[in-house]
Amino acid sequence: MENKENTEKKEKVPRQPMPEQDPMKRIYNFNEVPYGYTAELSITEAKRCIQCKKPSCIAGCPVDVKIPEFIQQIADGDFIGAARTLKETNALPAICGRVCPQEDQCEKVCVLGKKGEPVAIGRLERFAADYERESGNILIPEVAPPSGKKIAVVGAGPAGLTVAGDLIKLGHEVTIFEALHKSGGVLIYGIPEFRLPKEIVDAEVEYIEKLGVKIITDAVIGRLKTVDDLFAEGFHAVFLGVGAGAPVFMNIPGENLSGIYSANEYLTRSNLMKAYRFPEYDTPIACGKNVAVIGGGNVAMDSVRTALRLGADNAYIIYRRSETELPARAEEIHHAKEEGVQFKLLHNPIEYIGDENGWVRQIKCIRMELGEPDDSGRRRPIPVKGSEFTIDVDTVVVAIGTEANPVIPKTTQGLEVNKWGYIMANGETGETSREGVYAGGDIVTGSATVILAMGAGRKAANAIDAYVRSNKKS
Amino acid sequence: MVIEAPEIARKRKAGQFIVLMIDDKGERIPLTIVDSDNEKGTLTIIFQIVGKTTAQMAQMEKDDFFLHVLGPLGHPTEINNFGTAVCIGGGVGIGVAYPIAAALKETGNKVISIIGSRTKDILILEDDMRKVSDQLLVATDDGSYGFHGFVSAVLQNVIDSGEKIDIVFAIGPVPMMKVIANLTKPYGIKTIVSLNPVMVDATGMCGACRVSVGDKTKFACVDGPEFDGHEVDFNLLINRLRMYCNQEKQAMEKYKCECHGK
Ligand SMILES: Cc1cc2nc3c(=O)[nH]c(=O)nc-3n(C[C@H](O)[C@H](O)[C@H](O)COP(=O)(O)OP(=O)(O)OC[C@H]3O[C@@H](n4cnc5c(N)ncnc54)[C@H](O)[C@@H]3O)c2cc1C
Ligand SMILES: Cc1cc2nc3c(=O)[nH]c(=O)nc-3n(C[C@H](O)[C@H](O)[C@H](O)COP(=O)(O)OP(=O)(O)OC[C@H]3O[C@@H](n4cnc5c(N)ncnc54)[C@H](O)[C@@H]3O)c2cc1C
Ligand code: SF4
Ligand code: SF4
Ligand code: FES
Repeated sequence: MENKENTEKKEKVPRQPMPEQDPMKRIYNFNEVPYGYTAELSITEAKRCIQCKKPSCIAGCPVDVKIPEFIQQIADGDFIGAARTLKETNALPAICGRVCPQEDQCEKVCVLGKKGEPVAIGRLERFAADYERESGNILIPEVAPPSGKKIAVVGAGPAGLTVAGDLIKLGHEVTIFEALHKSGGVLIYGIPEFRLPKEIVDAEVEYIEKLGVKIITDAVIGRLKTVDDLFAEGFHAVFLGVGAGAPVFMNIPGENLSGIYSANEYLTRSNLMKAYRFPEYDTPIACGKNVAVIGGGNVAMDSVRTALRLGADNAYIIYRRSETELPARAEEIHHAKEEGVQFKLLHNPIEYIGDENGWVRQIKCIRMELGEPDDSGRRRPIPVKGSEFTIDVDTVVVAIGTEANPVIPKTTQGLEVNKWGYIMANGETGETSREGVYAGGDIVTGSATVILAMGAGRKAANAIDAYVRSNKKS
Repeated sequence: MVIEAPEIARKRKAGQFIVLMIDDKGERIPLTIVDSDNEKGTLTIIFQIVGKTTAQMAQMEKDDFFLHVLGPLGHPTEINNFGTAVCIGGGVGIGVAYPIAAALKETGNKVISIIGSRTKDILILEDDMRKVSDQLLVATDDGSYGFHGFVSAVLQNVIDSGEKIDIVFAIGPVPMMKVIANLTKPYGIKTIVSLNPVMVDATGMCGACRVSVGDKTKFACVDGPEFDGHEVDFNLLINRLRMYCNQEKQAMEKYKCECHGK
């Protein structure tokens, strides 16, 4: 009863919008688009939460963030306290507040969303985490007494960083092996600066190192050393958080022409290698005037918005289904539209046509229509006969997904993979078919989300802790 | 150039490569491991100055260091006792051919090596190659040393002499590998080439290094870098290598200006 009255009273305050860069300005820079809430906006927004007795929002969060609790702390002006509450269950709140698909998770099930707009949980999470980081008042938690156990973590993405952070706090010695020259996984090489400033990722990595985790970059496991070598070196358990890093192409004619990139390459050049600042940085990237991005997910939106910022006059999304099936987050689609991205929906490329130097000049597309729902429940796109036409382009980014990189499974004996090459692991513990080897994140589930990778990391860390403590062998 | 990288030195096999990054703003560039010394924990690389990064490397001095060295990458060369193997190296490709010739010799092959360069002064590793070969033939484009002409003409002579060749390894500039592959094809001599497409991560993550082999797309960094020369689409490789021509010139000019400024 009381709740109901509350709902009616509080509904009058609308969901606070987040100030952001003007679209016509931001397409000329790589700075972050939303500025984030101010303290006042945060308190106003936090007060919208009615502090449900049985909060439905928590069930929507894969790591069970204590949502009403941290929001109450913000409402009371205890921002540092809110950040600490967040960190009890979520090691990377500044990142999740920015990149979680909240509209499908916590905010989807917030009761306020039933009648009006849900509490902006993600924006509040971002505010509290940023406040703590900027204040420099970061708590270094107590670390349990040394257990004498050594754990190797392969891959410094969200899954690996979470496992490492949890296990070091439990008193184990943890070493991360990362193939690239920088840690962060997709957070550092894939998601662009204008959506997730690299400074934030670096701060999180530094924090993990401060806890005592050793990170060895430039170490490709499977090449420099194998998983067996790691056990031979005295590690008691190994966690594989290597992501789903191998790009998928459509295998249509002309796809290897110059000017055609995988999204991984395009984004890696721009983000990790900072090609958007060429020639200050040495790595080049094609800055096309007419850029087409194939696909409709977050990766496609990141690529197409990068293309605009690199100077494209026309930036297209070519997607074979309709707007309702676009898998990208609503916010990203909204931002892309504001920035002038042209959506060619219900289109599919069938061939690329190049010039005499082998550079792509045109895409031959075919129109699609939606038929009966397929296995995924989405309506299956069917080509419309005779509807082929061409679009002029000089750069193409293929963003239709990624798959498992086979380096580790190929070099690790007794590690079972499924028919797509993903490592088979127990969903609750991360255990694989090989004793002492655990896995989680995109390498198990296929491309998913940051928060799911972290959730898998957390579960695996608990299982690894139990395993090494009970293991008689060492 | 000799680099200290003990773990890589211990693991590496003939045909594998490393990726280097000089500093934070640098590019990641792949270079073949020519030789390694397990005791000293060092790797030898040989490079040709073609652009900014290699020019910058040429300015490095003893005790300078790279910010990042990653490796060993790529499949090692498949070395068997084939019988008679011809190892062809052109330009800095000789550096790549050398560990292969050495490994072939060690496995009991009869090794005929053919090395070539534009002119005598820039011919590398002649003595090392001689040591691991039963026969060494040298060619220069300008005739300043050895045979006057291309290594492909030398190979033709070897074939014409009636020597039974079981396998050819050809490593050098793309046009050279293309000519050799075309030459051996009618004779049905298996020919392995080592491809050098542009790479970024070199771990199979980006697809920058895609090449077409037997009409299938392969990633040279993880599926190669060595492939059956008769199946490779060399024209595609040549085009893709030209992708950043203008930007590379720009980077080089900027670098030169900065150097002269100092
Ligand atoms: C462009 C892009 C945008 C995205 N946007 C969002 C978003 O908005 N919201 C969201 O929730 N999710 C998003 N995702 C998905 C999300 O980033 C991933 O689900 C998440 O990063 C998976 O984490 P992970 O730790 O499993 O793997 P990764 O983040 O992929 O990390 C794996 C790490 O392992 C390293 N590695 C691989 N092989 C080896 C080896 N053999 N030896 C050593 N190291 C190795 C890799 O270099 C990498 O650093 C996006 C993904 C992309 C590509
Ligand atoms: C597996 C492999 C092994 C190699 N081994 C050797 C070697 O032993 N010795 C040697 O001298 N060279 C070798 N190369 C070529 C060497 O990587 C390039 O010459 C070098 O990257 C040029 O960099 P740059 O900045 O000096 O020149 P840039 O000005 O950047 O480019 C000049 C030319 O080099 C090529 N190139 C540029 N960037 C790359 C890149 N990231 N990856 C590959 N090629 C690129 C392009 O064709 C370009 O036109 C190898 C390449 C590969 C893929
Ligand atoms: S971690 Fe993600 S899902 Fe959970 S509360 Fe935060 S934004 Fe929502
Ligand atoms: S469901 Fe919404 S209103 Fe209720 S506690 Fe959670 S965030 Fe607050
Ligand atoms: S260089 Fe990136 S996949 Fe080969």
